[in-house]
Amino acid sequence: MAKQGAKLDWPSRYQQQLKVSKQPLIQEFYSSAINDLSMPISDVPMVALDFETTGLNFDGDDIVSVGLVPFNSKRIFCKYSKHWIVQPRQKLAEESIVIHGITHSEVSEAPDFSSIMEPLLSALNGKVIVVHFAPIERHFLYQALQARLGEGLEFAVIDTLDLETRALKAKQGILGRLFNSKLDSVRLADSRIRYSLPAYQNHNALNDAIATAELLQAQLAYHYRSDTPLGELLI
Amino acid sequence: MQAEHVDIAQFLSDHAPFDDLPEEAVNKLASQVEISYFRVGTQILNYGEDIADLYVIRTGAVEMYRRDGELYNRLTVGGIFGQMGLLMNRKVRFPAKALEDTLVYCINVELFNQYCDEYDVFADFFEADGNVRLHQAVVEQADSNDLTTAKVKSLLHRDVVTVAKDASVQMVAQLMTQESVSSVLVTDADKPISDDPDDDDGQVVGIITDRDLRTSVIANGLSYEAPAAQIMQTDLVLLDSNAYVFEAVLAMLRDNIHHLPVVVKKKPIGVISQSDILRYESQSSLLLVRGILAQQSVEDLAHYARQLPNVFVRMVNEDANSHMIGTAMAVIGRTFKQRLLDLAEEKFGPPPVPYCFIALGSMARDEQLIVTDQDNAIILDNGFNEELHDEYFQNLADFVCDGLAECGYKYCEGEIMASFKKWRLTREQWQEQFADWMAEPKPQALLHSSIFFDLDGVYGKNKWADELKRFIATEGRKNKRFLANLASNARNRTPPLGFFKDFVLEHNGQHKRSMNLKRRGTAPLSDVIRVHALAIGSRKQNSFERLEDIIDAKLLPEGKAQDLRDALEYIAMVRIRHQAWQIEKLDEAPDNDLEPHLLSPFEQRNLKEAFAILDKAQNFLKFRYSANSGMK
Repeated sequence: MAKQGAKLDWPSRYQQQLKVSKQPLIQEFYSSAINDLSMPISDVPMVALDFETTGLNFDGDDIVSVGLVPFNSKRIFCKYSKHWIVQPRQKLAEESIVIHGITHSEVSEAPDFSSIMEPLLSALNGKVIVVHFAPIERHFLYQALQARLGEGLEFAVIDTLDLETRALKAKQGILGRLFNSKLDSVRLADSRIRYSLPAYQNHNALNDAIATAELLQAQLAYHYRSDTPLGELLI
Repeated sequence: MQAEHVDIAQFLSDHAPFDDLPEEAVNKLASQVEISYFRVGTQILNYGEDIADLYVIRTGAVEMYRRDGELYNRLTVGGIFGQMGLLMNRKVRFPAKALEDTLVYCINVELFNQYCDEYDVFADFFEADGNVRLHQAVVEQADSNDLTTAKVKSLLHRDVVTVAKDASVQMVAQLMTQESVSSVLVTDADKPISDDPDDDDGQVVGIITDRDLRTSVIANGLSYEAPAAQIMQTDLVLLDSNAYVFEAVLAMLRDNIHHLPVVVKKKPIGVISQSDILRYESQSSLLLVRGILAQQSVEDLAHYARQLPNVFVRMVNEDANSHMIGTAMAVIGRTFKQRLLDLAEEKFGPPPVPYCFIALGSMARDEQLIVTDQDNAIILDNGFNEELHDEYFQNLADFVCDGLAECGYKYCEGEIMASFKKWRLTREQWQEQFADWMAEPKPQALLHSSIFFDLDGVYGKNKWADELKRFIATEGRKNKRFLANLASNARNRTPPLGFFKDFVLEHNGQHKRSMNLKRRGTAPLSDVIRVHALAIGSRKQNSFERLEDIIDAKLLPEGKAQDLRDALEYIAMVRIRHQAWQIEKLDEAPDNDLEPHLLSPFEQRNLKEAFAILDKAQNFLKFRYSANSGMK
């Protein structure tokens, strides 16, 4: 499996952050994080996380909804899934409504992100966060917490988009890379088709979190042994 | 409930049986499922492992196999599997494998049971109709296990090879070489065929094996012209072709023999050798039997007997049926008695007159489980002289009964043990005793009937035990008043049907009460079956074998005997699993008291149905064997 370049030493990074953090919510996240990078992936408790946002502009856009579901390499636990709609500080664009299926009235009645910070973080504590395309969740969660607590959050993730890219590159091989053949799409829905995973109709944050968890299970089944160390998958 | 998991709910409501559930029930299920992905070719369920979920295929395809690898079912999108395991004992019955990349929704067993309780449409989907259900539960259990169903006849791959008793040993050796067999049966064309249905050796008088040629002919420098009769072994142990492979193995071990002739209606149809069945021998119970015979003292035997619960549990886990488990436990019990009698004869010297040690009750019926009393007696030679010989037999019986108690076979509370003088009778006295019981069915006699009328020879002159069985079979059927009394007696212990009524009412409460599966289930069923068996003069002791005879005799209305068999097997298995569970999971002494709330709704329904069959069978006895009809 192609390895990424220099990797961040997450356990040390968490320790550093823990020292400077003043917010108990954030401290709790760092202190409960899994530090054993050699842990076999089959033993790792994970949580798939997905945000819907008003847009993709890091400076102006904001979170509209949050979906998450805890899982491991064998089972996805819908019983413990969470789905919140929150009030963005930015007005919801019409095209977002079409994509997310969230209406203006739902958003106008929704609480501020601050009301879900505690349950959200406690659902993430002690688990490895799994997302599809890490920059979105990393950026928006950092920003949302920064705006309310004066402190952001940095976290390691397993990114199913990253794993899919690795898998496609491995398949492409050296010759393919030399001739610069084009990689197939690594979008969530397209990636899922390669593993015969079903197409979901409703694209809300919870469904996409579940879809991401299923995709990771499939990727693990196809490309990794069950004793693959966690560190090999994190970015 | 708000539909959070819209896609899952939508999927479920498009497929049976979820399509018949109310919307909110589907939404709730959707919010509780666990999801799991299996790459093509991976094993989803392995045989025998614990199962705690019902599986619904979201995408992909799944193949399910029987244990022998035969394809059982192939399921695709919307297909459901795992219910058999949830229904029986929460172990996987049919291994499942992903035929394509497969995504499944798992519904855990608590939720599954809850939905079965709350929604009839849901429960009905997983059940067959009416009476078929119990039969299916029993059959499916048997289907999934080859040990149970394999009969010795399935091991016979060639015709039997026989020689006349006056053939020369050289001819015997030539025949064996030519036919590539390691044994031949020796026949005597002049031997009259017995009209006793239980003497099944026909004209077979002996067997000769490779070993006999080596030890009797070559080693002794015997003439090649010597007749076959001179070197054959005459102590024949024969097996009916319908016996289980398992019984063959036990018979070989018990009598330390390597070749077993197989017969059908007095005609030999083949010989099975130890090598034929070696591949079936994985059962630790067999090793236990071998081990018992090697123990040198009562203390050693008692120590050795501590393994018995583990052997029992292993057999249950290997999916033996109740007949096999009963047989194995009885053979083990028998072997303990035999070894103790060997030791007793070593200690007190050879017996002054011949005798036969007999087992009574459940052990004689091959229906003994792990919790059992010792019921036994002695048949003495008619030349028995009390003054001269009684002390010897008192010592011998005390030694054996005390030894059995040390090995875990409790003393019989009803004092039916060979150590009581009244149960050491001569052959004549026993016949008189049985004649008396049948002629004058007093309460005490009837109480004895369920124990004494099931008997089997264990040690010594076992033919005397067969003689008694024959006497009972011939006399019993003639005596209508005896049968009527026996029938009325067999109706005393009623099945706990009322329990289920209460059980439904108390559905959410605590269930402190339990039902005794032996006293109110298997024992009264055996009682009912015994009445029918005596009425047709069957000499079989085992309830399942008695039922075979009852079916052959067409004594009962069509299908009733089969119902009885299913009911007995079901209750017996619930009882057996309950005991295995107590030993294995709770590490407590096994008993017969079951708390019904420990059963799944399916098991409860099946058990109730089995008890209903017993109830009907008891009512049937009333008019079938009424004293009035006996007067006609």
